[in-house]
Amino acid sequence: MSLISVENLQVRYGANTVLRNVSLAIEPGEIVTIVGPNGSGKTSLLRAIIGAATPAAGQIALRPGLKIGYVPQKLHIDPTLPITVERFMQLTDRVPRATCQAALETAGVPGLLKRQMSQLSGGQFQRVLLARALINHPDVLLLDEATQGLDQPGSAAFYQQIETVRRDTGCAVLMISHELHVVMSASDRVICLNGHVCCEGAPEVVASAPEYRALFGTGTGGALALYRHDHDHTHGDGCGHDHAHADAHSKEHEAAE
Amino acid sequence: MLDDFMTRATLAGVGVAFAAAPLGCFVVWRRMAYFGDATAHAAILGIALSLALQISVFAGAMVVALIMALMVTHLAGRGYAIDTLLGVLAHSALAFGLVAVSFLSGVRIDLMAYLFGDILAVSRLDLMVIWGGAALVVGLILWRWSALLTSTLNEELAYASGLNPKREQLILTISLAITVAVAIKVVGVLLIAAMLIIPAAAARGLARTPEAMAGIAAAIGAISAVAGLQGAYVFDTPAGPSIVCVAAILFACLNLWGWRSRSGV
Repeated sequence: MSLISVENLQVRYGANTVLRNVSLAIEPGEIVTIVGPNGSGKTSLLRAIIGAATPAAGQIALRPGLKIGYVPQKLHIDPTLPITVERFMQLTDRVPRATCQAALETAGVPGLLKRQMSQLSGGQFQRVLLARALINHPDVLLLDEATQGLDQPGSAAFYQQIETVRRDTGCAVLMISHELHVVMSASDRVICLNGHVCCEGAPEVVASAPEYRALFGTGTGGALALYRHDHDHTHGDGCGHDHAHADAHSKEHEAAE
Repeated sequence: MLDDFMTRATLAGVGVAFAAAPLGCFVVWRRMAYFGDATAHAAILGIALSLALQISVFAGAMVVALIMALMVTHLAGRGYAIDTLLGVLAHSALAFGLVAVSFLSGVRIDLMAYLFGDILAVSRLDLMVIWGGAALVVGLILWRWSALLTSTLNEELAYASGLNPKREQLILTISLAITVAVAIKVVGVLLIAAMLIIPAAAARGLARTPEAMAGIAAAIGAISAVAGLQGAYVFDTPAGPSIVCVAAILFACLNLWGWRSRSGV
């Protein structure tokens, strides 16, 4: 059975429906990336999966006994809260020091055990978050824009680390990213989300899908245009959203680079 | 031994310091300092009501403080910024409390004793209530320590670990109400928040882990209680405020010392 299966999920905040008719399944060992513009419900989907948001309709089924490792988008530690990397790693499970050390090595940051969390660089911090998520040997890793605040080489290295982790531990990965050009090579499957599932498939398929282009423009990677595919996805009229924000988004994208 | 009023006062002060230390750390980490104020100010209303209804002051203060704390938690994030909301609720509760007290004809109450505490008048029964309440608060926080810490760091992380951050928030809220109720006699309504925040803030520079910070805060709180009472005895100053003064002086010294050692002077 799938590790996570989501069926016809609907999530609402007040009168605002952020997700509707979302269905997807995560199989053991695969890396799935969710892409989508701001406000497309990516984070809400992840929040629903971990139980932080209650579905208005639809179902989320986790395989019984599923162990989830969660890497939050941004973790703000108040300056008044002193905490070492070691203590942070043991936040929910009182694991031995050797286990912490091993998880830090897997995440690519050995030797940080005694440092204060507040003294870490952005890249080190994200890797410690990753190490903490890996500590109880999860079946699936959930990452919510885990490379926010990292520069491009930094996030490329981070995603390479994710691939290595998957290779070494065999855990599935479900991650949110806005940097498709960076995560492309690492993903087995990409789901393009904009309130609903716009299109999904192999990265090269999604990258050249008209729905994806409409959302992100073509500027995100000239190299992707080389891919050819048969796109059999049709966009129902009933979904009721337009892609008028594509321009604004691609501008924002350029500004970010 | 308990016949001596100074011994009883010291024990009462140390008891409150122990409960306030770990709770105060969470208040500081979660930026809930004003929350403590609001809960404490509401307690005055509780005192007035308990005198009118002739129930125990401790129970009255705790119930109203708890209602206040729950109301703040419930209203947070519904239109007003939290500091505005707390400002409205805290000061209205204090005002309504003071007005309610004035209606109590026939009952002569020493309002100053509730505003600034009357630690020297602590009875054996008060002492039992204080230590019972402190033990309950410390027990609650120790029991939920990891969950509270995880929820404080990141809500999503807590959910992903199978915790419910809302429940943990409720545990803090209840602990806060209990602490306020037991601390009224010791430091009074106006200075309770000081006992929560100052020892925790003073401990920050000395600690490398959350547990160490709570432990050091408890020590600083206890030292403040003992030294403050001795100072009050020697200089004939009001006891509750003297305890807070010692805590504030410790805070200043530890910060100056930390600043000097960091700048390498």
